[in-house]
Amino acid sequence: MRVPWRTTLLSYTFLAPALVLLGVFTFYPLLYGAYLGFTEYNGARFGQGLPPRWVGTANFEKLFADPLFLTSLQNSVKYLLVVPALQLAALAVAVLVNKQLPGMAIFRAGFYVPVVTSISLAAVMWEWVFNREGTLNWLLRNLGLTTPEAQFGWLNSEVWAFWAVMLVTFWRGFGYYMVLYLAGLQNIPEELEEAAVLDGASAWQRFWKITVPLMRPTILLCTLLSTIAALRVLEEVLVLTNGGPLNSTYTALMYVFSKAFQGFDFDYGLASAAGLVVAAVALALSYLNFKLFNRPEEEEA
Amino acid sequence: MSLTAASPARAARRTVAWRRPLRTALRYVLLSLILIFALFPFIWTLAIALTDKTAGTSIYAFPQSLIPARVTLHNFADVFRTFALGKALWNSVVITTLTVAGTLLISALAAYPLARFRFPGRELIFGAILATLVLPSETTFIVNTLTLKHLGLLGTHWGVVVPTVAGAFGIFLMRQAFVSVPAALLEAARLDGAGELTILTRIMLPLTKPSLTALGIFTMVTTWNAYFWPMLVLSGAPDKAPMAVAVLKLKGQFNYDPFNIAAGAIIMMLPVLLVFLAAQRLFLRGMEGAVK
Repeated sequence: MRVPWRTTLLSYTFLAPALVLLGVFTFYPLLYGAYLGFTEYNGARFGQGLPPRWVGTANFEKLFADPLFLTSLQNSVKYLLVVPALQLAALAVAVLVNKQLPGMAIFRAGFYVPVVTSISLAAVMWEWVFNREGTLNWLLRNLGLTTPEAQFGWLNSEVWAFWAVMLVTFWRGFGYYMVLYLAGLQNIPEELEEAAVLDGASAWQRFWKITVPLMRPTILLCTLLSTIAALRVLEEVLVLTNGGPLNSTYTALMYVFSKAFQGFDFDYGLASAAGLVVAAVALALSYLNFKLFNRPEEEEA
Repeated sequence: MSLTAASPARAARRTVAWRRPLRTALRYVLLSLILIFALFPFIWTLAIALTDKTAGTSIYAFPQSLIPARVTLHNFADVFRTFALGKALWNSVVITTLTVAGTLLISALAAYPLARFRFPGRELIFGAILATLVLPSETTFIVNTLTLKHLGLLGTHWGVVVPTVAGAFGIFLMRQAFVSVPAALLEAARLDGAGELTILTRIMLPLTKPSLTALGIFTMVTTWNAYFWPMLVLSGAPDKAPMAVAVLKLKGQFNYDPFNIAAGAIIMMLPVLLVFLAAQRLFLRGMEGAVK
C-alpha cells in the first residue's frame, strides 16, 4: 500500500520530540557509555578539555585487579538472596489476600504503601528502627533474644548492615510483587479450585498442583524483574550506609556511582567499564531466569 | 471408583466445616502482622512528628513514643522555619509539575501516529522504544550528566526534568489507549474537515482520560519520590533540590532534630499518600494490567 507523504510527515512531526529526547538521553548514552568503558576519561581532565583516550581493555584489567570491585560484585551476587525471599513472601501474601473477606482491600492497600514511599523517607524511618536504641533492638530484647549489653546499631555492623539494607529492599518490594501475583491468581478459573476440592486435594496440594503451574508466567516475570532490580540496587545502599561499614554493603552499582562521582578523579572510563560488567551480568541472569522458569509444557511432570 | 472418590471429598468438606473459622482467624492474624511490618515506620514517624519535644521524651522511649503524651503541631512549623523546607517543597512541586506535563504531552504526541497511522519505519520505531525497557542502562547516568553539562542544564530543574519525560512506559500506555478508540469516530471528524491535531486534542484525549490520569498519577508519584537522579543533577545547586533530596540532607545536618525530620517526612509523604489513597483502585489495577 502506498503511504501518502503527508501521513509520513505528520507522523514524524508528532514523534519528533519523543525521538529526539530518547535519542539524546537513552540511545546515545547507551552507546557512548559502552565506548567510554574502553577509554581513559576522567572528570578533572574533562574540565581541561581533554577528550577520552582509547585504552582497549585496560579498564577491565584494572577492575578485576581492584579488590573493592570484586567485593562489590560479590555483594551484588549475594544481594540476589533477596529474590527468593521476596517472591515467596509476595506469592504467599497474595494467596492470603485473594479471598472475599471483609477488610482485604485495606490489607492490599496497606501492603502497597511502602512501594509508593520515597527511598529518602525509607532511609529516615528505617534508621530509627535500626538504631542502637531503635525498635529492632527493643523488639529482640523484649522477645528475650538479646540482652541490653548486646545492643548495637544494625547499620554500623559489618556483619548485619548488609542484611538490614536488604530488609529495606524487601519492605519496599513485596507489595509490588504481591499485586502482580494477585492479578495472576485472579485469572485462575474458580471451577478448577472447586473441582480439586471435590477431589479431596488439600490446600497445599492445590497450591502446588494448580496455583504454581498456572502462575508460571507471572512467577517468571516477577523473578526476572526482581533479579535485575536486586543486581542494580544502589539507592538503598547509598542512603542507608554509603557502602560501609568497611565496604560490607558496597554493591556493583555503588562502585559505578562512586568511581564516577564520589572520588577526586571522576573516573568515567573505569566507572563505565564497571557498568558494562554489571550490564553483562544482568543480561546473563535474565537469560538464566528464562531457562529456569520458562520450561516448555512437555517437560512438566 | 465413585466410592473412593466420594469419601475423601466428604471428609474434606467435614474438616473444612470446623476448620474454617480457625483458618480465617489465622489469616487475619498473619495479615495484621504483615500490615504492622509494612506500616510501622509510618505510624512511628507520625507519632514522633506529633510529639511535643519540650516534654523531653526520647523518640526511642519505647513503646511510649508511639503514643505522644503531649500532641503538638509545633514541629511542622518548626521544620519550615529552621530548614527552609518551603523552598524544597516548592522545588518538588515545580519538578513534578513539569515532569508530569512533559510526559503526558510527549507520550500522547508520539503515541498517536504509532496507534493510528501506517508509515514507513513505524515498526522499527515502536520496537526501539519498547527495547529501552530492557536495555542495560547502568552507564546512562554518567553520560547524561555530561550531556546536561554541555547543554548548560546541570544544576537546573530542566536538567532533572528533560531527560526523564520521554519514556517507553508512557508512550506504550497511550498507544494502547488510542488503539481502542473506534475508527468511525475519526473518520467522521476527518469528513468534517478536522485536522489531526484537532482530532488528537478534541477526540482522542477526552476519550482516553482514564489512561492519561493513570499515567499522570504514576509519573507524579515516581517524580515526587525520586532521589538519585535529582540528587545527581542538583548536587551543585542545593537550593534547587526537591524534598526527597533535602530531607536526607536535613538528617545529615549537625543540629539533627528527629522531631523536625519526622515532621518533614510526613509533609513529604502526605501528597503521595493522599493521591495513592484516592486513586488506589487505579493504581492496583494498573499494576495488575501489567501482567495481563
